[in-house]
Amino acid sequence: MFKNIFKWGLKKSLWVYHAGAAACNNCDIEILDMLTPRHDVERFGVMLVGSPRHADVLLVTGVCNRQTAPRLKRLYEQVPKPCLVIAIGSCACSGHFFRDSYNYVSPIDQIIPVDVYLPGCPPKPEAMIDAVIKAVGKIK
Amino acid sequence: MAKETMIPIGPYHPLLEEPEFFKFYVEGEKIVDAEVRVGYNHRGVEKISEGKTFDQATFVVERICGICSTSHPFAYVRAVEDISGIVLPERAEYIRTIIGDLERIHSHLLWVGLAGHFIGYNTVFMWAWKYREPVLDMFEIISGNRNHYNMFKVGGVRRDIKETDVPGLLKAIDDVERFCGMLLKAVIDDPVIKARLKNVGILKKEDAIAMGVVGPVARASGIPIDVRKDHPYAAYDRVNFERIVMDGGDVFNKAAIRLLECIESTKIIRQCLKQMPAGPIDAAVREVGVGEGIGQHEAPRGECIHYVRSNGSNYPERHKIRAPSFMNVPSFKLTVIGESIADAALITAAVDPCYCCTERMAIVDRESDRVLLTGEEMVRLSQAKTEKLKQKCLY
Amino acid sequence: MSILEQVKNKFSQLEVNEKNPKRIYLNADNETAKAVVLYLFHDLKARLSTITGLDSRPGVELLYHLAVDSEAKVITVRTLVAKPELLIASVTPEIPAAEWVEREIAEMLGVKFTGHPNLATLLLPDDWPAGVYPLRKQTFESKQELKEIEN
Repeated sequence: MFKNIFKWGLKKSLWVYHAGAAACNNCDIEILDMLTPRHDVERFGVMLVGSPRHADVLLVTGVCNRQTAPRLKRLYEQVPKPCLVIAIGSCACSGHFFRDSYNYVSPIDQIIPVDVYLPGCPPKPEAMIDAVIKAVGKIK
Repeated sequence: MAKETMIPIGPYHPLLEEPEFFKFYVEGEKIVDAEVRVGYNHRGVEKISEGKTFDQATFVVERICGICSTSHPFAYVRAVEDISGIVLPERAEYIRTIIGDLERIHSHLLWVGLAGHFIGYNTVFMWAWKYREPVLDMFEIISGNRNHYNMFKVGGVRRDIKETDVPGLLKAIDDVERFCGMLLKAVIDDPVIKARLKNVGILKKEDAIAMGVVGPVARASGIPIDVRKDHPYAAYDRVNFERIVMDGGDVFNKAAIRLLECIESTKIIRQCLKQMPAGPIDAAVREVGVGEGIGQHEAPRGECIHYVRSNGSNYPERHKIRAPSFMNVPSFKLTVIGESIADAALITAAVDPCYCCTERMAIVDRESDRVLLTGEEMVRLSQAKTEKLKQKCLY
Repeated sequence: MSILEQVKNKFSQLEVNEKNPKRIYLNADNETAKAVVLYLFHDLKARLSTITGLDSRPGVELLYHLAVDSEAKVITVRTLVAKPELLIASVTPEIPAAEWVEREIAEMLGVKFTGHPNLATLLLPDDWPAGVYPLRKQTFESKQELKEIEN
């Protein structure tokens, strides 16, 4: 699998933007953990960027509550298409038990289209890298 | 390892049409006022808890925050046990102590990395987070998960620590202590870091008392409160460790306290692993009882307190949750007014709010509400200030 | 003299429930409760940990949790704020630590704290329907009902 990643990584660097809705931060920290020496996602050419306007892939975490749902929609509109959306974590996939909350709006995929769902609470960084790679495989 | 591009942390909102989390109003280079809006992450956990059984609620509160994920279950189960005075088996108390303080180490190292990034020491960020990994590995060995360990239950803990794992854990904790010592020395001895952090963002003792701050923020301002020492619980009264208090109230004190506490935590964990008796890990509670209970825990950010009222059914009638940051975050306003914009990012981070919140900050023009500087730009300013100090100190 | 004894001396009509050495509950009417809280905070140097609000039939119960770190105790002062007015004096002017705590109780339970400097919503979104207090017991049974209240 790693040979293919290197091949693909050499073709293009994947720019990934982290869009957090109302999250507990755990998935967010694990996304950041991908940058650190143990996982070092940059050797695969995956780079975290600071602006959605540069993003190829959107990593969405957290739950859509009344405050974050409109912001998420606006954020998605800013990202140049085509763009892959990966829902990271059970909250982003389905709302988790926060579905019962009075402040909950809807699952993320009713606000923006989602390409890959990665459940877990939180999913491990290895699983996140796998999700990004599967997502890239999807557009190929 | 000088990186040109900044490492983005947390969600960004470049459009910035709406109020940011932390808003700073400036005149020239000085901050004259600050506002913070919370509620961005509001998910209504207290109400959700009323619809769950006492056992299920443990899982709910774990997910309030990912960084101090075990602090809320710790305080919550203690509140439920307080209702009818449930007594735990000794081994369970020791395991709770180990988990509680392992989390302290991971949270403080996370903060150190963040602070390092804010002042432009990205190597510190990488190293702190690299040495966090063995701590997360320890969690995985004990509980099966790197984060959200789900170790707590009413009456005990859910998983035991295997005797065969203990030597590996002891070795890992020795490595962590060695690294923390190294990091502490680097922070205290580096003249640039000292110049950058000392006398920045001072919180005076009388303000700290009036605002009811807790945790390292309080201890940095000379208030010697620590729930582990003041209201002893779990196995904290059976191990030796120091209460770390300083009285400068600035960011340097807050950083030093967090690093020193990491080292104390390694001592606590080592003693627990060695002293832990064999035996059951669960009091096998059948009934919670009727009444009310209060549970406190010294989370990495300070006192976490839960209140639970039970009316005899399976569900909490009321579950009140007060995270430590709720008391600490309002105090940031007092520490940031009068300071320069280059320091705003760092001072806000020193209060150690939920890390996502820290990045949602902006410098705003008071009349037009137009954003003058985004959070990203504020961090860059902070890093630039450190560069200037480096030039001054070293040349 | 212990902290509790000093409180009992000063407020002789107080209803005291010493559940155990670490947990003390004091019942009082609204004015006395505020006086006890201020006495504990300013004179006896206790720390305001938080305030719990709880919806019950006759009113909203407020529990002021004061931690006495020097004696390993939490003293809780309980008072009932009567419905339907739900008016009580704020302690924020004297104890700034209570500002956000009271703000949260105001938006979640509808208690009006007189003298509070800023009762704007803290956690709820700006477009939250007025008069709907999430932590009240009979507020709404389902999100469907909430939508109906809004429209």
